[in-house]
Amino acid sequence: MTSLKLPALLTLAFLLPVAGRAAEPIKIGVISEAQAVAGASIAPAAQLAAEEINAKGGIDGRPVEIVAYDDHSSASDAVRAFQRAVNEDHVQAVVASYVTEIALALQPWADRLKTVTITPGAASDLIPEAIAKDYAHNRYYFQGFPTSSAVAHMVCDSAKDLLVKHLGMQTAVIMSEDAAWTLPLDATYESCLPPAGLKPLDHIRFSKDTTDFTPIFNRIEALKPDVIITGVSHVGVQPTVQWKNQQVPLPMYGRSSQAINPVFWKDTDGGAQGVIMQAFAAPDVALSPKTIPFAEAYRRKYGAFPAETGYTAYDAIHYIADAVHRAAGATDADTLAAALEKTDYEGALGRIQFLPPGDPHAHALRVGPGFVQGVMMQWQDGKQVTVWPASLANGEMRFPSYIVTKR
Amino acid sequence: MLVLQILIDGFAIGALYALGATGFTLIFGVSGVLNLSHGALMVAAAAAAWAAHTEGAMGSLASAAIGLTVGVALALATFRLVVRPIQRSPAIRAEEREIFILTATLLWGILIQEAIASLFTSNAKTVPPLIGGVTLLFGVRIPRNEILTAILCWAVIGILWLWVNRTRTGKAVLAASMNSRGVILLGIDLSRIHVAVWAVYGLLAGVAGVLLGMFLGVSSYSVGPLTASAFSIVVLGGLGSVYGSIMAAYAVGYLETMTAYLVSPAYRFIPALLLLVTVMYVRPHGLLGRR
Repeated sequence: MTSLKLPALLTLAFLLPVAGRAAEPIKIGVISEAQAVAGASIAPAAQLAAEEINAKGGIDGRPVEIVAYDDHSSASDAVRAFQRAVNEDHVQAVVASYVTEIALALQPWADRLKTVTITPGAASDLIPEAIAKDYAHNRYYFQGFPTSSAVAHMVCDSAKDLLVKHLGMQTAVIMSEDAAWTLPLDATYESCLPPAGLKPLDHIRFSKDTTDFTPIFNRIEALKPDVIITGVSHVGVQPTVQWKNQQVPLPMYGRSSQAINPVFWKDTDGGAQGVIMQAFAAPDVALSPKTIPFAEAYRRKYGAFPAETGYTAYDAIHYIADAVHRAAGATDADTLAAALEKTDYEGALGRIQFLPPGDPHAHALRVGPGFVQGVMMQWQDGKQVTVWPASLANGEMRFPSYIVTKR
Repeated sequence: MLVLQILIDGFAIGALYALGATGFTLIFGVSGVLNLSHGALMVAAAAAAWAAHTEGAMGSLASAAIGLTVGVALALATFRLVVRPIQRSPAIRAEEREIFILTATLLWGILIQEAIASLFTSNAKTVPPLIGGVTLLFGVRIPRNEILTAILCWAVIGILWLWVNRTRTGKAVLAASMNSRGVILLGIDLSRIHVAVWAVYGLLAGVAGVLLGMFLGVSSYSVGPLTASAFSIVVLGGLGSVYGSIMAAYAVGYLETMTAYLVSPAYRFIPALLLLVTVMYVRPHGLLGRR
């Protein structure tokens, strides 16, 4: 009897750790500002993705666990949260912040604490450029959101079709907030607008603390451009409402991150009417077969559609899980980063691939037809109508009566 | 045309600043309280008006009224829950009360600020204007609601003047600001005067907040700058002096507007701060200060 029991017990003793590891969760830290519209969708979308993965049996039997932290959009709070996530909560990967300044503060920490980190919303080209410049020290960092220059190129491409060819516009003034993400955005606007057919007459950068936009609109109007090309994210409601209240007779067109959020109409009390904004995701635009199901699932669970960063955070959890699966369950930073570099995943945003090491934008999302593509939308009577590209458009541009457009 | 634009914008901004600072200085004049939750009260009133309109589907006037009600309710709550317990506490020495009240109102303001951010996010909100459209005045396009904002600010300041100078309660308030002991000796219940002043203050802060929400929009981030702005204006005008605050509000309003138009909007707050520092050197009690 004893001779039979011993080998059985020994076998069990060897098997137990394996069985225990099989059920051990994959922990992913999610750092964002819960009180900002853009940040508020990140953790809930990540949680939704984790629940979907777990409902299908987890990652090869291991459940995904989301550990959420609020950074109040403060770099120091974000760094502290990152340290706690890695050192105390022992997460295997981190999805953190939509603010470029915070993403840049976290970038060296991904290397110091050897943890794969993905930003679901920080757009500055500085992030992938730093990875390309010093790959050895930044290889654990991935940009899960298209770069500012990609945003600007899409605005220029669409402006060529919608503003130049369709409305006969020739001149523009660039109006953008003073932030790290707008530096490459503005530089690209300056270079891509003229070939698109729009001559920039001036370039106004304003402080994120600006509350009264009257002097800015006044200065722009005095230059008599055909359109205002925007680059705003931290601000949005105030310039839009003042543009409407003052009946500034120029269309606003470009990147306006807050305007992408479905609550923007309410926040501006309808002042958004006519605003045209670039977006990488919208609840009713099928950028991939997963876009609308995700938006609907989010609305069912949380009562409202997600912000754009919700789509990117949702995708990030899924492609991290995909990478862990491809790495046969390995979660050490080197193996996971190597697996993420080979990502080819169809997410809610489109087909997700990262640019390879050696590319000047290493670890940035591949953008273009067949990958992450995006759309131009316009607020019309409380709805976001897709006006570009033609293949996804579900309406045409319409402007409030005080807007003067050439034809 | 630029001059006219500066004159009009500066007038509207100055009127808003004057209204916001008037309540702030009134409270200091009567009860010696520097209420550092001032900006939070203004933003709460604006956020409530926004929520009443968007979530409650109320009209512009009704939602503005909700905003004013929240302003008054929060001002009275500030007095009852924060200021009065400290003023009456035997555990706090008389000479330390001011610093306790400063700290308590600052924390109370942060509490309100965080509550607003939690309920409505930290994104800016705008209150629906009472009237829409624009008016052309000598080639300058002015939103009609901006003109109405300036008129309403002055109307409220005018009503306040009438209340203080023509009504029994108002005169008692004025007397209390000059000599509170004398008021008690005359048989007037000082605590009732304080409640009245805090209610009037709440109304002023509420009106200023709702109008600011219509004119420029506010967010939970506006709390600190609004308190700092009212504080600077009141110190510049002379603590406790309503007329000094109105003068200072216009000085700051026009300086900011001129800087924004003639130099850059990015530097609009700098000259006003330099003016404040200069006045502090040359005339530490402010333009019309009594203390």
